[in-house]
Amino acid sequence: MVNAWIVATIVAVVGGAVGFFVVLRGSAFVAHAVPNGSFAGAAAASLIGVNTIIGLGVFSLGGALGIGLLGRRGRFDVATALTLVFMLGLGALFLSFSVEYAPEIYSLLFGEVLGISTNQLGPTVALALASLAALALLYRPLLLSCALPDSAQARGVGPFAIEAGFLALVALATTMTVPVVGTALIFSLMIGPPAAARAFTTRPWLAIVLSVAIALVVVWVAIALSYQTNWPVGFFVGTASAAAYASGRTWSFARRRRRAPREVPPGAPPGAPWLKPVNS
Amino acid sequence: MLGAIVEPGFFTSSPVQLAAEVGAVVAIVAGCVGVFTVIRGQSFAGEALGDIGATGGSSAYLAGVGPLWGFMAMSVTAAAIMELIGIQRPRGRDVATGIVLGAGFGLAALLLYLDSIYDNTTGATVTILFGSPFALSPSVLPLVAVLGALALGLIALLYRPLLLVSLSPELAAARGLPVRLIGALYLLALALAVALSAVTIGAILSTALLVGPAATALQLTRRPGRAIVAAGMLGVGAVWLGILLAYDSHGWPVSFFVVTLVLIAYIASRALPSRGRGR
Repeated sequence: MVNAWIVATIVAVVGGAVGFFVVLRGSAFVAHAVPNGSFAGAAAASLIGVNTIIGLGVFSLGGALGIGLLGRRGRFDVATALTLVFMLGLGALFLSFSVEYAPEIYSLLFGEVLGISTNQLGPTVALALASLAALALLYRPLLLSCALPDSAQARGVGPFAIEAGFLALVALATTMTVPVVGTALIFSLMIGPPAAARAFTTRPWLAIVLSVAIALVVVWVAIALSYQTNWPVGFFVGTASAAAYASGRTWSFARRRRRAPREVPPGAPPGAPWLKPVNS
Repeated sequence: MLGAIVEPGFFTSSPVQLAAEVGAVVAIVAGCVGVFTVIRGQSFAGEALGDIGATGGSSAYLAGVGPLWGFMAMSVTAAAIMELIGIQRPRGRDVATGIVLGAGFGLAALLLYLDSIYDNTTGATVTILFGSPFALSPSVLPLVAVLGALALGLIALLYRPLLLVSLSPELAAARGLPVRLIGALYLLALALAVALSAVTIGAILSTALLVGPAATALQLTRRPGRAIVAAGMLGVGAVWLGILLAYDSHGWPVSFFVVTLVLIAYIASRALPSRGRGR
């Protein structure tokens, strides 16, 4: 049981941190496509008899790079969609070769936190550290390429290199988290908490910290409730992430409404009846 | 010579004929709606509605109702929620889509779990997600045709305004078009189209028929009308060829072939020299 808490904490930290950039770059679809497509790798791995993580890793990296290459010029969302469905088609093919894998689909899709064994801890921690190291490395280029795209290029960091690096980072982060939360739900952690954090603050490092904090709350609540009710962890993660997102949006909305009446035209007496909220 | 390509019994097998007919209807509807999906950059919404529809499908299994109604109810509801969150800019819109999808998946997880406790049907997951075109019942065809006509009718009704809103929202708003209403109606047509294709080739893979042929068509021509026709033809071709290959292969899934064909077509169209398309 302790293992579950440790791994879940790691997942929340990595998911919350990487998720900040996922939301910043508008890569929600990629964050969904890469882990979902990687599940075909898990099916292939179990066919050959290799460790599932290897299959997940290879396919998520392959998928991420495939998206990058296919989307290089032209519609990125189309590239993401087609790469995803192709990998899922492969998954369907591998599944048709052996029937015995079918029940495991469920835990791969939706997570099996409470079944983490001690010898999975080591690799998970190692991958987490690698992900955070990669994030630290990419931190400045990513921020720069979002805020000032041309400036990034002028400094010698090509946009495709940054994109490829970011995609690989997403692949790495999702590979290590998939066995815990499941492919279907890891991206909830990468979207909900960071989006909420960005509603509360615009400063990058503070937003990342906040995003990780919210993700931790989401995961801990999810595990606790799953342990109590025996319902799947993924259900609670999805719902709690949505709740976090909703609270972020509500906060933004309330802040805009609160600020608006103070937009007083110059020279106007306070409390004038024609004060209208600024349309935002 | 035909015998070399086609396994015996292909043209006389009624499951194959049904799969081909239903598949063709679905491909035409998906291609038409898909052109607008690609233009609007809403592939994620299309994929998300398919996945969320799977939740409805599995709860329909629980309740003993036909999965198609569950799909539709669920995907239309999800489309409504996405519309209510109501962000117009692509980045924020994709995040909103992701949140709804995450919640929907969570719900699917719960329903499938309860399903397996009360009913012992673990095969439901696979069937709903990947589809089984050769196992359709004949009553599906009229249903699919009617719903497909409904989705196409909606698009036809909205054609010109939808085109303007999709290509140039600011201009459309300046002309007084109800941008949000049109967007909402488009989402409705999308939800219907996705439910249709999910029933035949599976929820997860309905995205392929929605996005692939349309994207390929838009690489070949800039005119939306021609793109819609091309998308329909490409989709029907992919479905029929996929069915043939699956039949010949004795057990490989149709979905795999259709998706691969769609991807190959798109890559091939990207490799063609640009005819002054611009980006």
